[in-house]
Amino acid sequence: MDYFLTWGHSPWGQQILTHVSWNLLWAALFAGVAFLVAHASYMVLSAHRKRHPAETDAMEAARPDLPARIPRHSGVARAFHWVMAASMLTLLSTAFLPIAGVKFAWVQWHWMAGLVLTTSILFHVIHASVWLDFWSIWVGPKDIPELRAEILRELGHDVPGPKPGKYPLGNRLYHLALVVVGLSVIASGLTMMVRVRTPLFPRNPYLLSDSTWGFVYVTHGMAGVALVGLVIAHVYFAVRPEKWWITKAMILGWITRRQYLEHHDPDRWVVADPGSRIPDPAQQ
Amino acid sequence: MAVIRDVMPAFELFQPASTADALNLLDRYGADAWIFAGGLDSFDWLKDRIKRPRYVVDLGGIAELKGIRARDGGLEIGAMTTLTEVVSHPIVRDRYAILTEAAEAAASPQIRNQGTIGGNLSQDTRCWYYRAGWSCYRAGGNICYADTPESINREHAILEADRCVAVNPSDTAPALIVLGASMVIRGSSGERVIPAENYFVGPGTDITRMTALQPGELLTAIRIPGDWAGSNFYWEKVRDRQVWDFALVSVASAMTLSGTTIQNIRLVINGVAARPLRLATVEQYVKGKPRNESTAAAAGDMAVEGAQPLRFNAYKVPLMRNLVKRAIRGVEEWTTS
Repeated sequence: MDYFLTWGHSPWGQQILTHVSWNLLWAALFAGVAFLVAHASYMVLSAHRKRHPAETDAMEAARPDLPARIPRHSGVARAFHWVMAASMLTLLSTAFLPIAGVKFAWVQWHWMAGLVLTTSILFHVIHASVWLDFWSIWVGPKDIPELRAEILRELGHDVPGPKPGKYPLGNRLYHLALVVVGLSVIASGLTMMVRVRTPLFPRNPYLLSDSTWGFVYVTHGMAGVALVGLVIAHVYFAVRPEKWWITKAMILGWITRRQYLEHHDPDRWVVADPGSRIPDPAQQ
Repeated sequence: MAVIRDVMPAFELFQPASTADALNLLDRYGADAWIFAGGLDSFDWLKDRIKRPRYVVDLGGIAELKGIRARDGGLEIGAMTTLTEVVSHPIVRDRYAILTEAAEAAASPQIRNQGTIGGNLSQDTRCWYYRAGWSCYRAGGNICYADTPESINREHAILEADRCVAVNPSDTAPALIVLGASMVIRGSSGERVIPAENYFVGPGTDITRMTALQPGELLTAIRIPGDWAGSNFYWEKVRDRQVWDFALVSVASAMTLSGTTIQNIRLVINGVAARPLRLATVEQYVKGKPRNESTAAAAGDMAVEGAQPLRFNAYKVPLMRNLVKRAIRGVEEWTTS
């Protein structure tokens, strides 16, 4: 059990949970890198389905009404994404570099980055609920046919199953994992701030019982090491050549008409507002 | 509080005859090995049965770690040199009187006969919550028992507290920082020499250690340059029992004067944080100013800026302020002028 959790004892002799074992950090790093290697090997060696350019040419010819550039992420959404990414990387480095042997005064940077992350997530929840298509990022039973079709395509089959709406299924599953892990790390982290000195509120080490504090620390640690694996996977997919168009959209805000038709189902992601279309510079 | 027992847990004792052998043992046994110098800190841990090392490496038989020798216009003191030897050494008394005073203020004559300067510098904190063996932050847990609404924390930190509020107990540390000393550290990968002020680490940087020593490393010597030899020193240690106690707060300074103007100064305070604090801002402020009551008072006020006392140690704020003031002003000059 010490491989996963660390235990201590209270002044009353009770055994109490204290932390996750930092062995799990190395396990998460290993899992992340192993996934990366396995996926990269599969992509090199497998016969996964690639759409023939002629098919996309035909689709593009059939939809001349679409603009050359399709808006995918608003400026506000992109700003949120990069603020969140910066705060997440700061959180992970301040949390895990000291464990890896790089010693520095990390606590203040950690909780400040945590507050930036919390604020940006709160903003994102409100922004997505009010101004974006809230349900476009979520997964549910309705996506099972798409999951089946995506798996078959990855295995090299040519299947007619549904294509993604605005977000590919992988994106939506990743978002779901991040929601669970991210909310766990934020809730536990905000609670833990009560135990450290900040200018925001008085310390109260007795807010919770020893065993409940242990649970909070373990939740924070578990979610933290899980984020290591999730971030490795995210960065890996962001830099993969066949996914670069998605990353580029997170920088520039738009994708091309060809990418839209090649990767998305126009019936599930309708480009509705002609006013929002970004003009093609070639026609300007 | 932990109860001291008569019998320590069993361990395998090694008594190497050279530093290289000691390092090999530390390398071989890693976290299971315990470094034993004079034994005064170690025996507390072992007899309390809080620490239960499987292997103890006694440095007492390593001749190369002992003695005081001249080096590059200064001195090199072996880490296993006893405090009594430091106190009685003629060159230390003549040129580095502040170190004599500081070492002589440590504990009792019997303890100084056994205790080493390396042990005095590297000893663990005396926070009794931590030394009782409870799972506090410093022991790898997730709470500081000394920083709760009910804690008895009269001796704890007023500055640089970061989750843990323990303080550094060393008497010789502030004197050596003032003298611009360097610590010679050896490990299996070689030797490194770091300034004394960087040898001590606060909880923000590493909450489970008091020093920059990494597992498998040994403090082998302390090198003191000649830069501050014979300058105007000030040392004062305030403690509950004058005959034998750890410092509540101690101050050390070395100063050079041009007439009555402070030309250069190094000023260090201990007992207020988990590491001895060099007061660089105060040093900068007083340089070029006359050594008088007004400069000293301003320096004292500046020194305690940012202090955050706990429930029972607010007295350390005026104590620290006054010690800094006395270190700048000097006691004899003031009382005779």
